[in-house]
Amino acid sequence: MTERELKKKHVEKKDTQTTTEQTSEAPVNTERTDKLKAEMDDLLDEIDEVLEDNAEEFVRNYVQKGGQ
Amino acid sequence: MAISKICGIETEYGIAAFGEFEGNPVGASSLLVNVYATAQYRSRTDWDFDDETPGSDARGFLRQGSMAPLVETHLVNAVLTNGARLYVDHAHPEYSSPECSSALEAVIWDRAGEVIVTKATELANEFLGPRGKIICYKNNSDRKGNSYGCHENYLMDRSVPFPKIIQELVPFFISRQIIAGAGKVGQENSANSNVEFQISQRADFFEEVVGLETTIKRPIINTRDEPHAHSDRYRRLHVIIGDANMSETSTFLKLGTTALALAMIEDSMSPKHDRTPKSPIEALRQVSQDPTLSYKIEMADGSKLSALDLQEEWLSCAIEYIDHHGGEVVGGDDSASQIIRTWERVLAGLRRDILTLSKDLDWVAKYALFSAYKDRHDLTWDSPKIAAMDLQYHDLRDEKSLAKRVGFKTLVTAEQVNRAEKDPPLTTRAYFRGMCLKKWPDAIVSANWDSLLFDLGEESLQRVPMLDPLKGTEKMVGTLLKECKAPRELLDKLGA
Repeated sequence: MTERELKKKHVEKKDTQTTTEQTSEAPVNTERTDKLKAEMDDLLDEIDEVLEDNAEEFVRNYVQKGGQ
Repeated sequence: MAISKICGIETEYGIAAFGEFEGNPVGASSLLVNVYATAQYRSRTDWDFDDETPGSDARGFLRQGSMAPLVETHLVNAVLTNGARLYVDHAHPEYSSPECSSALEAVIWDRAGEVIVTKATELANEFLGPRGKIICYKNNSDRKGNSYGCHENYLMDRSVPFPKIIQELVPFFISRQIIAGAGKVGQENSANSNVEFQISQRADFFEEVVGLETTIKRPIINTRDEPHAHSDRYRRLHVIIGDANMSETSTFLKLGTTALALAMIEDSMSPKHDRTPKSPIEALRQVSQDPTLSYKIEMADGSKLSALDLQEEWLSCAIEYIDHHGGEVVGGDDSASQIIRTWERVLAGLRRDILTLSKDLDWVAKYALFSAYKDRHDLTWDSPKIAAMDLQYHDLRDEKSLAKRVGFKTLVTAEQVNRAEKDPPLTTRAYFRGMCLKKWPDAIVSANWDSLLFDLGEESLQRVPMLDPLKGTEKMVGTLLKECKAPRELLDKLGA
């Protein structure tokens, strides 16, 4: 399944949820979503700092002998 | 009635060497084992042991006072005071945890394994200095078609027919990926080149349903029959299909749900319907390649169920099983209840929206993180940066590991893990093994899963058999071990 299909599925799920949930819960959800988004942004900043400098070379050089 | 699901995890770590050991993973792995075993041996001088002559040591440890681990790289096997084995297997450092009696214990001693391999790597790098560097990864593939394993072992009742185990476990293992998969970008099997992200590290490498192999034509059910215990009573089920997990919840559920499933099989309380897939290998891969969890597996009887449907079926039988039998076989009622609650919560999350589990499960954490990173930098799934993240997720170093940055919920404390680096579990024979090694390191010439061999300077060596994994616990031998001043006294009291 492609990512587009996956996203579509999540969106459909969210739509269903929205229609079944009370509107009074919306602000809480938005607040939670914003918090999660902010957390993810911080995490991505950190990843930019720690990710191996030369990704291509790092990936190419990681070669293992097969095991069990 | 099912028997206690004593369990353990063996992990082959990925190893990258630069400088002196570049292209020589066996040498690099041997160095890790050596420096760690040497350090642990030396640190034991503060133990309350008899003033016996520090003798030669055939457990794979270096002689006390011996130097230069580098020249002794032929020593590639060590039994540790926590009851585990650290050794070199197939060009990888491998940590086999001690026998544990619950999934939570297995998590603690698996995490202790990470601590041990991390310390071993640090010691090796100190030793190498400017001459080289070693880095270890807790993963299962190099993304180029080479795989190495993370196996589980479970104690089973020998009287349960193996064909029954096979029939019931195949669909369980195929569906288990959705809670225990460690996630992977792309695929390593040319059968399908359009895979962007998949749930399991290992699914690409399985080609058979049942078999004895572990390095080629890997089977979903491995038939290795090496009980390391009374062979008339016990079987050790050797499970090779799992991924090495960074998330404690993934490891916990992997062990906990499998232990429960095996107990249910032994007591004939597993799901009633035959869920044998029409094509198990195809099903295994399709489930792995579908992070939407919507793929329906076609069963031999024509019915179609998703991996989530199958897991929910097992969960509902497990609840019934625990109501009926209690949780003793999986480490007690509290342990059983924690497995059931976590299993329920995770399956409900997967049913509702997988992203609610980004701090619980490895594959979901990876999926969420990589997707967000990809969107931020406008990358595609096949970007080298995403591939680098896929590897670096499993880096054991705090300063590099991505898994340690995603904020996983934890189930055990750092203190428990640190203690488990040196101490064995209290609840299995690992206690006897570990404590004897702690107390009388120079009197034990070799140790393995089911025996200890003492050399007391007498005419013959004394073997203490430990054929029952449920014996030798702290409850059974704790006082005895405390009271004995010398190993001879212990052997006398044991009647050896």
